[in-house]
Amino acid sequence: MKIIIFFLALLPLDRLIWLGLTDDLSANPIEFITRSTGTWALVFLCLTLAMTPLRLIGNSVAWIRYRRMLGLFSFFYACIHFGIWLWLDQDFDLGAMFKDVVKRPFITMGFISFVLLIPLALTSTHWAQKKLGRRWAQLHRIIYLIACTAILHYWWHKAGKNDLDTVSIYAAILTLLLCCRIPYIRKILSKRSNT
Amino acid sequence: KLVATPNPAFMTKDELTSYKYVTTYNNFYEFGTDKSDPAAYAHTLQTRPWTVSIEGLVKKPVTLDIDALLKLAPMEERIYRMRCVEGWSMVIPWDGYSLSKLLNYVQPLGSAKYVEFISLADKKQMPGLGDNIIDWPYREGLRLDEAMNPLTLLTFGLYGEMLPKQNGAPVRIVVPWKYGFKSAKSIVKIRLTEEMPKTSWGRIAPREYGFYSNVNPLVDHPRWSQATERRIGDSKGIFAPKIKTEMFNGYGDQVASMYAGMDLKKLY
Repeated sequence: MKIIIFFLALLPLDRLIWLGLTDDLSANPIEFITRSTGTWALVFLCLTLAMTPLRLIGNSVAWIRYRRMLGLFSFFYACIHFGIWLWLDQDFDLGAMFKDVVKRPFITMGFISFVLLIPLALTSTHWAQKKLGRRWAQLHRIIYLIACTAILHYWWHKAGKNDLDTVSIYAAILTLLLCCRIPYIRKILSKRSNT
Repeated sequence: KLVATPNPAFMTKDELTSYKYVTTYNNFYEFGTDKSDPAAYAHTLQTRPWTVSIEGLVKKPVTLDIDALLKLAPMEERIYRMRCVEGWSMVIPWDGYSLSKLLNYVQPLGSAKYVEFISLADKKQMPGLGDNIIDWPYREGLRLDEAMNPLTLLTFGLYGEMLPKQNGAPVRIVVPWKYGFKSAKSIVKIRLTEEMPKTSWGRIAPREYGFYSNVNPLVDHPRWSQATERRIGDSKGIFAPKIKTEMFNGYGDQVASMYAGMDLKKLY
């Protein structure tokens, strides 16, 4: 099952490569790649956050087995998203990059989201999990913050054009997923499945 | 087909953007917010019959049929750079004539200071009007001297063809030293006014889209830098570096004098 999910999760990348080879990445390929990888990073973030509610509802720990891989795929697409921006928008000029990060709130939020994903990716191994013990779970709660900064990044990007339909859907999904973490709602979810 | 004579005064060394990209990568919110939407959905636009009324502070207000407009002055081909406020650009051979020819025909009154352009807004033809992103119809405007500048083109075609619907058929404005959204598409009304018109994007986000919106690498958009631009279909390939954006999109010789003494950082 894990191997199937792994290959499914690579499909968005395969698609970009295929479209690139067939010269089909639209008139603005860089924008296309940046937006596509940003969207997929967000989709995998949602999927990652969906595993715990699914476990509670289904009363099955099976879901948790996929959580790490989904989270790492979110990081993977975020890396491409960030890397393309750093390379083709900022030309690897770190000074210019930081100026942009400080000056533009939507970039600030994207940058924070990316930076916060790094420690989570680095400590995703079993070894780190054992080593960190209880602190591991605390550290990985940063994902809730990332959900907020990532959606703000997307929201503010779209706000100028008032084009908020798609981002509202993602915001609603993430809000719902985060609500599942509220102890009271958590209890209801797991109770329902126990009876 | 549209017969137009190339005007040697408006040629450029820049490589032309392909017809395919010019006609498939468009911002035309009346047909959707995605850049592929106009090419996909603009076929429902009825470009005939079509009239444009010119009204307001003019001696001879008039409503002209599109065929009369096409014959009002000799059709010229001009190659202009087009710089979108989003940070990309194209090089497009347009067909049309200077808007000043039409304005002189209706004779602006001495009190006229601005020109407002109003685009078609018809729900039956334009599926994008369902979104209330913009308070339809789309409105744009220029100061009268900008509208009279020979560069400002009343445009009927591109690449020697009648304007494709997604590019603003049957008649649009092209103002090459300003960001692309200043160039209103599918125009039905031109109004001369004393007051500065309220433009559509200016109403939505005044901090982001000023009335002048001259291409200016020194004035950043609040959400991104305007110092560089990505040339669509750059022959150096998809990973080609961005190119430097020029003041007034490189048309400073023809237009800079109109802004003498103005602080373009404030009046962006």
